[in-house]
Amino acid sequence: MREAAVKIQGLTKAFGANNVLRGIDLDLPKGQVTALMGANGAGKSTLVKVLCGVHPANSGDVRLYGEPFKPGSPSEAIKAGVVTVHQSINDGVVPDLDVASNLMLDELAGGDGFFMNKRAIRAKARKLAEAIGLDVDVQREVSELGLADRQLVAIARAMAHEPKLLILDEPTSSLSAKEAARLFELIDRLRAQGVAILYISHRSSDIKRIADRIVSMRDGKISGVFEGETLDYEGAVKAMLGRAMSEINLDIPTAGEAILRLEGLALRADSKPFSLDLRDGEVVAITGLVGSGKSELADVLYGQARPAGGTMRLKGAPYAPRNQAVAIRAGVFRTPKDRASNAVIQGFDITKNITLPFMGRHSSAGFINRRSERDTTQRMVEELGIICQHQSDDIGSLSGGNQQKVMVGRWMAEASNLLVLDEPFQGVDIQARRDIGAKIRETAKGRATVVMVAEMDEAVEIADRIIVMGDHTIKGEHRNENIDLDKVLAQVAGAGESEQIHAG
Amino acid sequence: MELAIKYGFLALMAGMLIFFSLATEFFATPRSAVFIFQSVSITGILALGVTATLVVDGFDLSIGSTATSALMLSSYVMVVWEMSAVWAVLFCLVMGALVGLVNGLLIVKMKVPDLLATLGMMFLLIGLQRIPTEGRSISTGMVMPDGRVTEGVFAPEFLYLGRHKFDFFIENLIPVSVVVLLVLGFIVWAFMELTRHGRLMYAIGSNERAAELAGTNVNRYKVLAYMISGVLASVGGILLAARLGRGDIASGNNLLLDSVAAALIGFAVLGAAKPNVFGTIIGALFIGILLQGLTMMNAPYYTQDFVKGAVLVVALVFTFALSKRGGAH
Repeated sequence: MREAAVKIQGLTKAFGANNVLRGIDLDLPKGQVTALMGANGAGKSTLVKVLCGVHPANSGDVRLYGEPFKPGSPSEAIKAGVVTVHQSINDGVVPDLDVASNLMLDELAGGDGFFMNKRAIRAKARKLAEAIGLDVDVQREVSELGLADRQLVAIARAMAHEPKLLILDEPTSSLSAKEAARLFELIDRLRAQGVAILYISHRSSDIKRIADRIVSMRDGKISGVFEGETLDYEGAVKAMLGRAMSEINLDIPTAGEAILRLEGLALRADSKPFSLDLRDGEVVAITGLVGSGKSELADVLYGQARPAGGTMRLKGAPYAPRNQAVAIRAGVFRTPKDRASNAVIQGFDITKNITLPFMGRHSSAGFINRRSERDTTQRMVEELGIICQHQSDDIGSLSGGNQQKVMVGRWMAEASNLLVLDEPFQGVDIQARRDIGAKIRETAKGRATVVMVAEMDEAVEIADRIIVMGDHTIKGEHRNENIDLDKVLAQVAGAGESEQIHAG
Repeated sequence: MELAIKYGFLALMAGMLIFFSLATEFFATPRSAVFIFQSVSITGILALGVTATLVVDGFDLSIGSTATSALMLSSYVMVVWEMSAVWAVLFCLVMGALVGLVNGLLIVKMKVPDLLATLGMMFLLIGLQRIPTEGRSISTGMVMPDGRVTEGVFAPEFLYLGRHKFDFFIENLIPVSVVVLLVLGFIVWAFMELTRHGRLMYAIGSNERAAELAGTNVNRYKVLAYMISGVLASVGGILLAARLGRGDIASGNNLLLDSVAAALIGFAVLGAAKPNVFGTIIGALFIGILLQGLTMMNAPYYTQDFVKGAVLVVALVFTFALSKRGGAH
């Protein structure tokens, strides 16, 4: 291996009781592109945030060309030569300023003097833009530029610091193929200049095109490093998702009648239509990488997006919800992922959080019936084993796992036709995960259940049937009995051409 | 510390009452109580509206000008159009609801930030209320821009709203406006605390996205909050007109700041750390007592503004820095 630009040893980071990084050992060689893969919650973004100075590490050692590197702030990291281009492009640019000011922003923010020398700024900016092949008038406002050019502006801005390590966080997620090609040419040039590049992405095409090595992360640790002539992308996906070693023995029932039938459903105009039956009493896990179409499918089921084509039938009747309120009335419920921003009402107690969607059931003539609320909450606290002093405890006083139980309980308190659980095990300890999983299976009769999960062992732990999504369509489906995980993982990784699927 | 946060403001208010009673000769008299009640009631009614918008994490800067518009409109209806008190009140309530509706639609449909939308509405109303009379106050016998002399009068039942005082142990103690405040306060409190609509509005204020994903019609509740605010502001304006007995162009300047201060002080009452009706009314009372006390100590008007501002800052520190749930709003 080449000389390491960055050497990370035993890096740890915890937020409260939540250990996010549990000892990262990683070298990033100069002049090479290291692709970093990891599922949601594996700790990728925390690692990036430690490296770019947003969070301090708890322990461990980071060296940049042999020198200790402990940035106290993002600007310190930049000065030391570690430059990051963040995933959401608009974090990297100021839309209302012109290109020149954007390129020289760090100098403006940290520079000397009071007045700006506009001419000098423009001249410097032009040079930077030229160096990376950004072909725009530096006096144009960034808000007039397209996404790709904005991204190039963000990267060019980073280049002003002559970076030793360049971190690119999902840089192609909003670029077209042509725009991405331009980005790759730029990365090739930077690599030739000896910059170490940490490239975070899930796209196999990106990784195959650009990466010299792949590093997989899982549960806050490096779970695999793949180098050499031909990169083992599938191996990296397996290392990232983990081999399921479940002690849970599922008793897979025969599924009942189809409750929801998807026929020729196209999530995007250019994606392949698929059909799928979701049956009474059945728990279906849908898995796939970020961008595989899982979230889009959940949105369509819950009335937050319209499919590009195809039809849905709920218990025989056409089902095309305009919005979530219509979906809820039809008995289609969804627990969203990322509970902190999408589900938890801070300042409300457990009861108020649980009864939120069904206030109508707990009130007459608009007035709330506290007894009915309390009874429902008591039932959910007992059934899900929510650990609390009292049901009037503020939601913020609960642990992450218990908060998640409350969020699941919110939608299990009423009978549903279809329950969609989007990443219900995110940020949840193993005990809470088992409790929630067991409850989902136990109550499955009478409804169809869909669980969206990225991690394979979660899917194996909970599902009767596992469906793999990719490219916004179904890539494979497997009954969860003597399941061939290698085949599932190959489908997740996008190898193994998709077979003709008509599920159900 | 917990106790200080919870009861600090009530203790401060009690201390203030004792201080003013000892420091001035006439503070602890029924007459001064009437003054306090009278000044508190209109501020308090407007502050209830501010509370409704704060609950959905919004803000209404147009309440002061909505109230003064109602003041001018009710005068115009009775004095120029020579219509009855009932019509005057109805016109004002409809105007308040319309202003709230427009505010709400600007915010939820046009995506104008709440502060800017209601600031724009404030300027618009300040100008609009002066156009029909070319900037003059409205009273019986005034000359209109077209040369006509107005002959209408303020109906006696309208003036009753502003001037009558009920007996309560002592003769003429409780002004009608105080009864209106208590009734409206109870209604808004019941709506916010006891009905599912109030619950959902608090949910929107805490996490709009989560409330929406739980099936709440967020836009409808936000518009409703601004309409409540507009209607309550117009009630305040009606009571002000009834007290003054003329469409005084210069009245109501302090209404916005006083009522916003009352609602924000309400955050600190009993450590609620969120907008709440009970706290708002206590906040309005607090400001009323403070102003009356300072007036009786012959403090000039500008020191009153200073003290009011200082109290507000202290109340906000109580709410946000000292209580652990400071980030909840």
